[in-house]
Amino acid sequence: MADDPSCAPVDLRRGAPAERVPAHISRRTFVVATVALGGVTLASSVATGATPRSATESGVAGRSPVGRLALTVNGEHHTIAVDNRVSLLDLLREHLGLTGTKKGCDAGACGACTVLVDGRRVASCLTLAVRLDGAEVDTVEGLEKDGRLHPLQQAFVDQDAFQCGYCTPGQIMSGVGCIAEGRTGSAEEIREWMSGNLCRCGCYVNIVRAVEQAADQG
Amino acid sequence: MKPQPNAAVGAPLSRVEGRLKVTGRARYAADHQPEDAVHAVVVAGDVALGRVTGIDTRAALSQPGVLRVISHLNEPDLAYGGVARSEPERVFQDDRIRSFGQPVAVVVAETLEGAQHAASLVKTHYDAQRPMTDLTYEPGGAEPETYARGDAEAALRASAVRLDMTYRLERTHHNAMEPHATVALWDGGRLIVWDKTQAVLGTRNHLADVFGLPRDSVRVISPYVGGSFGSCLRSWQHVTLAALAARETRRPVKLMLTRRQTYFGTGFRPRYDYTLRLGSDRRGRLTGAVHEVRGETSRYQNFTEPVLVPGQMLYSVPHVEQTYRTVPLDINTPTNMRGPGYATGVHVLECAMDELAHEVGVDPIDLRLRNEPDEDPSSRLPFSTRRLRECYRLGAEEFGWHRRNREPRSTHDGDWLIGTGMAAAVHDSGRAPCRARVRLDADGTALVEASTSDMGPGTYTSQTQIAADALGLVMRNVAFRLGDSTMPPAPVHGGSATMASVGSAVQDGCDRLRRDAVELAVADKASPLHGADVNDVVARGGRLHVRNVPARGESYGHLLTRNNLTHLEAVGSYAPGESRHARFAFGAVFAEVAVDRHLGLVRVRRMLGVYDVGRVINPLLAESQAVGGMVGGIGAALLEHTVTDHRDGRVVNADLADYLLPVNADVPDLRAVYLSGEDRDADPIGAKGLGEVVLVGVAPALANAVFHATGRRVRHLPITLETLL
Ligand code: FES
Ligand code: FES
Repeated sequence: MADDPSCAPVDLRRGAPAERVPAHISRRTFVVATVALGGVTLASSVATGATPRSATESGVAGRSPVGRLALTVNGEHHTIAVDNRVSLLDLLREHLGLTGTKKGCDAGACGACTVLVDGRRVASCLTLAVRLDGAEVDTVEGLEKDGRLHPLQQAFVDQDAFQCGYCTPGQIMSGVGCIAEGRTGSAEEIREWMSGNLCRCGCYVNIVRAVEQAADQG
Repeated sequence: MKPQPNAAVGAPLSRVEGRLKVTGRARYAADHQPEDAVHAVVVAGDVALGRVTGIDTRAALSQPGVLRVISHLNEPDLAYGGVARSEPERVFQDDRIRSFGQPVAVVVAETLEGAQHAASLVKTHYDAQRPMTDLTYEPGGAEPETYARGDAEAALRASAVRLDMTYRLERTHHNAMEPHATVALWDGGRLIVWDKTQAVLGTRNHLADVFGLPRDSVRVISPYVGGSFGSCLRSWQHVTLAALAARETRRPVKLMLTRRQTYFGTGFRPRYDYTLRLGSDRRGRLTGAVHEVRGETSRYQNFTEPVLVPGQMLYSVPHVEQTYRTVPLDINTPTNMRGPGYATGVHVLECAMDELAHEVGVDPIDLRLRNEPDEDPSSRLPFSTRRLRECYRLGAEEFGWHRRNREPRSTHDGDWLIGTGMAAAVHDSGRAPCRARVRLDADGTALVEASTSDMGPGTYTSQTQIAADALGLVMRNVAFRLGDSTMPPAPVHGGSATMASVGSAVQDGCDRLRRDAVELAVADKASPLHGADVNDVVARGGRLHVRNVPARGESYGHLLTRNNLTHLEAVGSYAPGESRHARFAFGAVFAEVAVDRHLGLVRVRRMLGVYDVGRVINPLLAESQAVGGMVGGIGAALLEHTVTDHRDGRVVNADLADYLLPVNADVPDLRAVYLSGEDRDADPIGAKGLGEVVLVGVAPALANAVFHATGRRVRHLPITLETLL
């Protein structure tokens, strides 16, 4: 598809039609942009390392239970002040603007939020962000390298291993983990080791084929 | 004009939006992040009936970053005009509690975690009454829906064989992987909403009516839907709540229901008690049928679905009598779920046919063939196409049906009892008026738009295929966009009607545009096509040329540029005409199961579905959809059951750990086959729709296989361990 319609700009500012604000502006971009404009108080209790500390701790953050941590997400280093209650999933989605990782149950039962932490697959909804000081996190956004899809991403496209696509980031991260763990000896083994990831569209047959395809490549 | 050659249509092309989905760049409702957005969390009530006597918000409001707690105590000003006027569950307009989990307040805070925590601190006091939530013990019922032909009771009395069966089908929930979510933003008097919806225009109209706005002051955007299966055909309360919270706080608001809240805040497939009395002669030819159906509904809305249709048209039964009574309970309103009505009606009918086949000692396929009608027995109209016989024949052959030993409990594999079963599937071919806008630019690319959705079937891809062929462009030069209420009107994305309706409008728009281009060329002295017969010109690979003379022609780009045109534009439309046919999609489903003789554990070994759905636009995606339907049917047959505690009306398994869905390890290799062909009487593109029919016959095929394996007839869905021990 040439264009993602969800990225079509929405004109939010009456009287200033030329100035279009992309609706999908990420929290991270927003933080930096706000600071650059020297303006508004931060709406978020969290900021990235790029933001001056004074901005980070203004607003409501000072009164919420806050911890600090340094972690790497998709190879990018972040030093963050984070509300102790924040899950890794919400940190990624709501604070770092990485909405590729999905929330399906927020309770560890569906796998939609699967990411890799230090190479191991975890349910990010059940992982408190403050516990991840020094961790390396990999999400679906980091798989593509130099404009080339990861072999498992390509296999999902080739095998039509998704319909709505909502479980897909979690399935793919889980599949990457499954392959790394060497649990791809047979279709049965893949089924077993991919069973933590629900797909309500029912794409399991093709998901197994996609994992097989990527595992065969190596 | 003659039809264009097919290059894309019918080809197994992968999804055009695939790259966006596998990289995490496809944006679902809650992925939209307007600048300065805050979070809303719903406080759900925990009684099922009564009144709210007090809401203590002090603790919540004292939390850092909490902006507002909104409830009926704030008496939010909502217009509730238009269609919304008749809405009984008006948001926060009174203190009444009608069902468990009804929203009683919404907390808005700067951060999600702040809003979640504050929501847990809101204390609600009730004057609670004991609810009635159990269909079994509620004797009442609304005025029934009835149908009759002939004298069924007399026919039954005179029948050589009579069966009397009561089936119970438990309540189930859609459980799409994406929970319902809405992001709302006010811009002066305009409302912009990113929503998970199958009804882009329906949501727009709903919000306009609730807030008293002109329709064009509301814009609904919904480019990706993370599964839905009927659960967002209508707007539930949280959609209004998100927009209300945004209005009250003057901030963009994101609201996502928790998984638990989706069980109470959105609809479900209702529970049914279904008694079917069937009569036949000794050879299994049906003589009469009496259907008595009771289904759940809420006290404030009467939800009905086409449960009765299969009993009217699937078999040639001379005498039929049907009563379908909905029973109002203190529950939230049910809604359509994949194969609405049909999934229920067909399950009972197809299990009953299996019971009859066993009773009279006839092969289940032979029994069905003996009762195959030549025309629709209820409307007396001919079927547009009905190729069930072919489905049975091909399915039996591919599945190896006739190798089975008909005797139940006759086949073993160690401790496993092996059984095979089959069932027919049917669903009507929905279609509705639709428009589509087509624009072809001088650079040879086209943009096609309609305000439909793609909850997973592949609307983006299939519509791009139709447009590419009709315009004579390669796929990558066509973009199809959907999911925005500013696009041309399309019907709700459901009822298997999208392909026929949107596809026909896209086809029409592209045909018009191509004709305009051809007319421009043949009238243009500078064009190589000057003077050619309009009917002789085809478009291919971005060029117009004389049929069979590829050298005589030119590209769209040349034609437009020379004529100083930046683009051509056309609007296509489709309006279904008066029907002279009964239009249904059909299928035959075959299943093999293994049942552990000691544990009662049922494992699906293999399944095959053969479908008659008219033209298939994309066989790769159609296969995925059918296999997905089988997985849904495995859930319905063996796992899914929303369990209510009738003491207080709460759903006890309102989460994905306790509401069992099929997982990867539950699903073997599954196969779907589509009969080739098309149905020109159904609609201009010849497609009958397939999203529902592929779910409908699965559960009965599995239930019949369980009977064959064990000799035990379980007249209950789901068929669980306990029912088999
Ligand atoms: S969202 Fe984390 S497992 Fe479901
Ligand atoms: S693709 Fe829709 S849930 Fe898996």
